[in-house]
Amino acid sequence: MPSERLEAGRPAPRGEAMSTQHRLDALRGTTPPRPHDARAIAALAANPGCSRRALMDGAGVDKDAAARHLGFPAPFGQSPFAITRGNVFEALVKADGCAELLRMLREALGLPVAEVAYHDVENVGAHLRHAHTRALIDRAATGGQDAGTLYDHPLLTLEIAGHTAYLEPDVVAFQLGGRFHIVEIKSFAVIDGQADPAAVAAAARQAAVYVLALRTLLEELGHDPLQVSHDVVLVCPENFANRPVATLVDVRRQLAVLRRQLTRMTSLDRLLAALPEDVTFDLRPDEDGRPTRPVAELADALRGATARYAPDCLSTCDLCFFCRDEARQEGACDLLGRQVRDELGGVASVAEALGLADGTRDPAVGQEEIARLLRNAERLRRECLT
Amino acid sequence: MSLLTSLARLRALEEGIAQPVATVRHCHLSARPMVFVPLKLSGEAAAPLAAMLGTERERPRLLVVTQPRNRDLRFAWAAELAGVLLPYIEGFLADTETVERRNADPYERAMDAPQLIVPNQGGVAFTRLLGRSTRFRRPDGPYPVPESVPVLGRWLTYFGERAAYPGSALMLAATEELGRHWASGQSGLEDANLAALLAWITTGPSEEAEDPLVWPPAGPATDPGFDAEVLAPAIESGKPERVAEALRTQLEPTWRLMWQAIDLLAGLPEGASAAQRWEQDRGSFSGMATHLAEGAPPQARRDGAVAAAARLARMERAQAAYDVQRAYDDPLVMAEYRLTGEAFAGEVVETDPDNTEGEGRSRKLRPLVVIKTDDPVRLPPGATLGTPQRRAQGAELVSAGEGLVTVKITKGMGRGRTAAPGAVPEVGERVCYTSLTDDFQGSPQLPEAEATPWTHGGPPQDYVPDDEDAQEEWS
Amino acid sequence: MNPPAASAGPEQDLRPEQVISDVLADLPRHRGVVVDSPPGAGKSTLVVRAAAHIAATGEPLMIVAQTNEQVDDLVTRISGKHPHLSVGRLSAGGYVPPPRMLELPGVRFGTRIQDLGDPDIVIATADKWAWIGDRVWPWAIVDEAYQMRSDKLLRIAGSFERALFVGDPGQLDPFSIVDGDRWSGLSWDPLQSAVSVLLRHNPDLPVHRLPVSWRLPASAAPVVSRAFYPFTGFRAGTSDGDRRLELATGGMGTVHDRALEEAARSGWALLELPNRHTVRTDGEAVQAVALLAARLLQRGAVASSEQGERPVTADRIAVGAAHRDQVAAIRAAGLPAEITVDTANRLQGREYDVTIVLHPLSGRRDATAFHLESGRLCVLTSRHRHACVVVARAGIAELLDAHPSAEPVQLGVPVKFPDGWEANQSVLDHLSRHRV
Repeated sequence: MPSERLEAGRPAPRGEAMSTQHRLDALRGTTPPRPHDARAIAALAANPGCSRRALMDGAGVDKDAAARHLGFPAPFGQSPFAITRGNVFEALVKADGCAELLRMLREALGLPVAEVAYHDVENVGAHLRHAHTRALIDRAATGGQDAGTLYDHPLLTLEIAGHTAYLEPDVVAFQLGGRFHIVEIKSFAVIDGQADPAAVAAAARQAAVYVLALRTLLEELGHDPLQVSHDVVLVCPENFANRPVATLVDVRRQLAVLRRQLTRMTSLDRLLAALPEDVTFDLRPDEDGRPTRPVAELADALRGATARYAPDCLSTCDLCFFCRDEARQEGACDLLGRQVRDELGGVASVAEALGLADGTRDPAVGQEEIARLLRNAERLRRECLT
Repeated sequence: MSLLTSLARLRALEEGIAQPVATVRHCHLSARPMVFVPLKLSGEAAAPLAAMLGTERERPRLLVVTQPRNRDLRFAWAAELAGVLLPYIEGFLADTETVERRNADPYERAMDAPQLIVPNQGGVAFTRLLGRSTRFRRPDGPYPVPESVPVLGRWLTYFGERAAYPGSALMLAATEELGRHWASGQSGLEDANLAALLAWITTGPSEEAEDPLVWPPAGPATDPGFDAEVLAPAIESGKPERVAEALRTQLEPTWRLMWQAIDLLAGLPEGASAAQRWEQDRGSFSGMATHLAEGAPPQARRDGAVAAAARLARMERAQAAYDVQRAYDDPLVMAEYRLTGEAFAGEVVETDPDNTEGEGRSRKLRPLVVIKTDDPVRLPPGATLGTPQRRAQGAELVSAGEGLVTVKITKGMGRGRTAAPGAVPEVGERVCYTSLTDDFQGSPQLPEAEATPWTHGGPPQDYVPDDEDAQEEWS
Repeated sequence: MNPPAASAGPEQDLRPEQVISDVLADLPRHRGVVVDSPPGAGKSTLVVRAAAHIAATGEPLMIVAQTNEQVDDLVTRISGKHPHLSVGRLSAGGYVPPPRMLELPGVRFGTRIQDLGDPDIVIATADKWAWIGDRVWPWAIVDEAYQMRSDKLLRIAGSFERALFVGDPGQLDPFSIVDGDRWSGLSWDPLQSAVSVLLRHNPDLPVHRLPVSWRLPASAAPVVSRAFYPFTGFRAGTSDGDRRLELATGGMGTVHDRALEEAARSGWALLELPNRHTVRTDGEAVQAVALLAARLLQRGAVASSEQGERPVTADRIAVGAAHRDQVAAIRAAGLPAEITVDTANRLQGREYDVTIVLHPLSGRRDATAFHLESGRLCVLTSRHRHACVVVARAGIAELLDAHPSAEPVQLGVPVKFPDGWEANQSVLDHLSRHRV
């Protein structure tokens, strides 16, 4: 979805949170903060055990830029064909005041009303969009409206680690059974009722961010936050055509995960305490925004925050190649995946595991068992391969 | 995955080269496989962009949709694909053998069958979707397509479904088969990259394997950078040959890798049970061909209740058999069970070949064998055992402890008063016994689809392919 | 388990007797009736009552259970409670009835329907019933219906006209050794439980809920209810102080003894071992589990309850774990043979005075869906009448905290509650108050 980046506003630090906020700002240094969008917020739960990532996200560090500067650019690119396809599809769904969307809502949700109002919030200009969205939602929630309403291009906010993140759900639909529904438009196909489960999961996580943001808004306005349904409307192309189809997706689990992650972000001080006072992840951009920080220095600073690399990071984190390289240098078993790591009990390094298997290394206290298993496995492999 | 495989991965990482995790090849490999490397248009579910395919490594065929948004060109491409695949598939139907069956008429089974090899699981999924998007098409009525297109769709659907069937070799994904035989020093996730996996197996890890400029992705997705910088301008130029050339550069490296993968697999001796599974593949293939010839409708979009249960039962049965067969065929696979105590191997140190049980007419020969083993045996007395050395025999664990296991041979000893020569292992012989046995009881009947009970939605409506299916837009 | 259907009422406040009579009254009115029964809520009692109720109408009844043990247990209960009823116990060829069953009045055994005479009730496993064709029973009771895969129900549903489905929705879901994604989202997905499929096709069937656990003590019912039955709570049938567990001999102050004392006092204990990542068959944890069981016997535990006072003998103790190799390792640690040691899967539906549990997440660095499955922990923490002692390495809280959440989402598949993560967190919160 096209998304203009908005400068993140920041409330004045208060009380105890202050030192944490200051330290996070210092971590980011002179690099402008990378505002969290819904996708980034949803991704917070991808690897919560990783301190490096938690600190970088918390400080609003642009991980993509950092990875590039380190010489380990992220492997994520989007094909222009896919982008075009996404835009064309969204335009089709929203054409003529979301006529196509309305048809589906009638079918998917059994929307009873014949007439539906359509508000394009974008028309008021970007800087006013949030205030306008707020006013519209307030009016809707206050009641007195019989007709359904579709809000296109609304702008919601959510506080993430002291920063305001601006969020742009595709559409908010109101008064479908008296409730608000988040509408999420995606261009992956639903074929015979099935879609790529990873893609649906990503969409559900993202939609959960919007649900939470809208619930927060309603609560601030003094309305019942549960007026926002946990069933989001996922709109995708059906089968091999462009014709959209709507499916309800229950995001209660994603909401629970999201709440947990947001709570965790308030406890970054524990991670900060483990860092040296003067450490910073600053890229020191020059006037043109080009990073000037010596690469080795930045790499050293990042290594100060422990990563928890797993191969799953290769599809979820901009910094993945940097951390994989680090794991290689260290000869860490993490390279082989979480399952292998778990099978090896507490043994973290490749050399150590092989030493135990060969019998060239004596097991430390607590390693007797894995050593016995590894030696046995080694004996069996040798027996079968010679 | 087990600790044994994990250890192999650790070793691979240390030594910088993949380690074997099988001593024999667990899939049948055709003498004339059809290598099929498809590419799809990014952002679309199953819009074909190109494919490189063929049975001869020196003569790949390149099929290209030079203007991917043009649906007529896509169907022309599908017809071209049918023009290559259908003669290959149908070529196996002429030579057959007659198979007698219990409680059923004999049937004709093809002596050999086609084998499609794609680079990865993505290739399998794309094949299935391509099948789904073409099998309901019609040569007549609105939006007609060439006659061969719906036939192709049904075969591609068939191959795609067969790829999910445990132990079937009608359609193989190269990365899956390589991964079944070699452990690389990277994660399973990274093994899905054919270039990277092959590098581990042949020369050692290579940074280049992940560089799309050196090794383009093995499909079906293309490299976004290629899309933006090469493909999009080529398509815009309106010059078909430029598009074709661009796509050729993306497919040729993978084409070479595919044959390298086949060579590697061919270098392994075939496991003992692979031929038996291939025989089932041949039977299934002949069944599908008969089905098609008899004018049966295209495969349904989704399984009905009865069809789903039947398929699940078949697949579970096949999975269980496949697991057992691999372990019996390959000591390195059996070692996984020895590690967990579900199998043990060792030397026979004592036998009582004439041991009997029962009296008079019910007196039965039950030879006893004592095996000395280093394996951690975790089987209780009374456990039913089988052995790769004498597959027709059944045995029972009598006692285990102190590195000695006593087993009693309970099945396959015949009716004689003394054991036939060779039936009981000799002292000094190395044997292996396991609780893993393939004693399938047969599954009970399912109702006819028309008799689907009320608990499962009652009888389904008859499926009649309608015009809407055939018109389904292909964009 | 899913949030309550619209048809379900607030049955937590109902008396169990009322629920049972509502169920019996519903039987002739609907083609199917579902009864959700949380752990120890009198499911078997209900089945026996319903069986007698139906038999009294003079119409033949088939009963379906999932395992031979469950079938034998039902045969014994029915025969014990209603000795005048004739019961046919149908089995596969290899089945040998336990000797105690051969003396039951009115019970006949056979591998074919014809062998049984024409009894009031025929009982067999679902697997056996699948082989019995060409006869339709007017009534069926399907026991442990949430443990039953829907493809099994498909095979036997043609054999009955109406059925009562009884089971515990909080236990482990059925599974398969093959990937079943191709069927996900289908209302008849063969890998879903029999009840899920039944209710998706027949959403109007009444669903009742037994509101009281007679097994779980007052110390456990709220914990289990909150963690695993968040939408459909239940309460304990006994109050604080009704159940007592006393250790006859004094302790020696070891952690094991203190854990047993804490469990005797409060109904729960968490024996926490030092935080360390270990292999599955963590020797120290296995030793701790074995030692706890041995000490429990040595110290002469006595359980008093509404059923009277009795010593906690080995057969009243169970040890539960997640994996088979863990079970084997615990067995190998030298427990008396009468103590049950088994995986969660096989402990489903069973009941003991005291259970000792090796926590599925103990010593792990990462959790998988298998280890987090709420049904697994539910089974393990809901088998006891008096006390449950959990052995775990410290660090589970951190593991849960660091757990990445990226579960795939299938369209059209109702979301299951409770979420394994939340359930684990809830139980861990409670256990931490009983840490030794």
